[in-house]
Amino acid sequence: MSASDTARETILQRIRAALRDVPAGEQPEEVVVARDYRHNGSAAREEVVEQFIERVADYKVIVQRVEESALPQAIAEACAARGVQYLVVPADLPASWLPPHVELLPDANTLGYEQLDKSDGVLTGCALAIAQTGTIVLNGGPSQGRRAITLLPDYHLCVVFENQIVDLVPEALANLRDAVLAERRPITFISGPSATSDIELNRVEGVHGPRTLQVLVVRNA
Amino acid sequence: MSTPGVPGVSGVPDAPAAPERRVRRPRPLPMFQKGARQALENPQLRRNLYKATHTIRNKRAAVVGEVPDWQELREAGRAIKERTLRHLDTYLQELEASVQRAGGRVHWARDAEEANTIIARIVAEHGAREVIKVKSLTTDEIRLNEALAAQGIDAIETDLAELIIQLAGERSSHILVPAIHKNRSEIRELFLHELIEHDLVPGPRELLGTGVDELSDEPRALTTVARAYLRNKFLSAQVAISGANFAVAESGTVCVVESEGNGRMCLTLPQVLISVMGIEKVIPTWQDLEVFLQLLPRSSTGERMNPYTSLWTGVSQGDGPREFHLVLLDNGRTQVLADTVGRQALNCIRCSACLNICPVYERTGGHAYASVYPGPIGAILTPQLLGVENASSLPYASSLCGACYEVCPVKINIPEVLIYLRGQVVQHKQESALGRLSPEALAMKVMAQLFSSQMQYEEAQQLARLGQLPFVHRGAITRLPGPLGGWSAMRDLSPVPTQSFRGWWRSRQAARRKIEQPVQEEQP
Repeated sequence: MSASDTARETILQRIRAALRDVPAGEQPEEVVVARDYRHNGSAAREEVVEQFIERVADYKVIVQRVEESALPQAIAEACAARGVQYLVVPADLPASWLPPHVELLPDANTLGYEQLDKSDGVLTGCALAIAQTGTIVLNGGPSQGRRAITLLPDYHLCVVFENQIVDLVPEALANLRDAVLAERRPITFISGPSATSDIELNRVEGVHGPRTLQVLVVRNA
Repeated sequence: MSTPGVPGVSGVPDAPAAPERRVRRPRPLPMFQKGARQALENPQLRRNLYKATHTIRNKRAAVVGEVPDWQELREAGRAIKERTLRHLDTYLQELEASVQRAGGRVHWARDAEEANTIIARIVAEHGAREVIKVKSLTTDEIRLNEALAAQGIDAIETDLAELIIQLAGERSSHILVPAIHKNRSEIRELFLHELIEHDLVPGPRELLGTGVDELSDEPRALTTVARAYLRNKFLSAQVAISGANFAVAESGTVCVVESEGNGRMCLTLPQVLISVMGIEKVIPTWQDLEVFLQLLPRSSTGERMNPYTSLWTGVSQGDGPREFHLVLLDNGRTQVLADTVGRQALNCIRCSACLNICPVYERTGGHAYASVYPGPIGAILTPQLLGVENASSLPYASSLCGACYEVCPVKINIPEVLIYLRGQVVQHKQESALGRLSPEALAMKVMAQLFSSQMQYEEAQQLARLGQLPFVHRGAITRLPGPLGGWSAMRDLSPVPTQSFRGWWRSRQAARRKIEQPVQEEQP
């Protein structure tokens, strides 16, 4: 028996000995968990979208609403305003989103960290967004790419369609369940740009992740 | 070679741990009261603490107030933890199987030494001399950095506050904002001397937005220095080490909640990731996360959601580390689990709301608790992890006001456990020969005797009235003599009054009889 097996058996034995007060036949489900909290929001669609925008803006995110037909133009304008020269994009990003006059760096898990680090920004979609908390969720699905591309560039431009916005956190977790249990995809919740309050509790936006986050909320056509 | 910080343990760290091992005996911690006194004498510290605790406290209250189902979420959080703990063996085995299925490796560690040995071995296998770390209380608890240093491995803290205290060679004073005791000018000095003067911050000086000489003490400028210093570490590190906020048994998903993005860097960029978690961090299902991801950020930083939450399930092709190790740590937790009253301390999700609300912590700060886990939760967790005899002053580091229970997102009844542990401390003292002969025990024995008879009690009162005379100043006893001095060190004692209630009652009755007697005599 290896040391690891011994440690495992010892810990499991210690746990069983510690739980002598638990009746032998008790099943985990017999310990009642009342889930009386809200599972689905009751707000109207427009309210949900407005709350998302308001709460994203609270994190000092640049946020803007656009019609789907105006999306390519809004992306191009955002990149121009930021002075982006080298833009990382996931390889599967819709061609119509790609801004002109910018050097594109399409990533199919191919770019090196140095390249990502030296780029000026990244453009992605998202898996869904949460109004209650102003959160964008990435799960490595379509238009999102791998985790590193939204981490190393200093500027993240993210496209969120209105029909991707859910009201509450439990709705988001329920939507992500299959991506995790069936596909084991890594998931990232992003609520504003990276931040710290470690020095005298003064909040500073932008530490190691992208220092600027910009969100385009798109009205579905 | 002995591992620093783990007294009385010798071992060849890269050899597998022997199955039969000597149990590490924890050293008794210094008295809380002593540390508290020191902290109270530092006005700068008190100002920093006051500002910090009150700021977070108010932010928390605001964002908790906007959640209409907060109490339902708390109750669900408590119940999920109860379910998990009552069936911990089942859920840990389920977690192990899920992580392995997803391509991860699971290790079990009975104590700190075993965990450190496992981690050092993995790092050594990859030939790494340097590892990057995500802020993790669990790795502080096992003193991982020191153990790695003994193997010639540098562990670089990447959380800003952890970096600050690592550079300063200090200890954390708050579980959420460890450098809360340091102000901006102290941090500026530290960065100047430890990073900039050693040319550890790469790139042109313009990157900092300022030259060395005029490095400002603005938090933004200081943060930029940390970003520049750590960026190359992130890009080049082979191995990262993290803790875990939650681990989902049904899916094998591990969750790290953070703000700065240093966590994402560590969890995503290096080829090898090692995560260390206490066995109580497992939760049964993916759905359970919907409760904790609401409770934790609001209770912790007072935000609706923290900037970054990472959830990963084993290893993913083409995204993130190629190798994932999960170390499951006991280190005293099963001992806590065995106590049906104290067990609830394992519900803790390390939010620090109880620290921020505590009138004691607010004044003393974290160092007085002499433990990785300070504040009210530390006062109940530390004595249970180390044994009450090794932290006997901590259950008394509280005014029992109950504010900690009220803010706790998983409803740990901290005052209940504090009182229970005080009972254990007393019981432990009574069981030892030295304890039975201690002045306190003897005094209590005498008191018990006196209180059992009215006559003896009144005689003792009379005696005390005379005996206290030299100690009464302006109507209060401010300093008791000899071993009783400890009691009066922090509070004044009311002197025994010149007349007791019984004495007053007797004299009143006697006076009445004198007045009433003649009237009665006149009656026929």
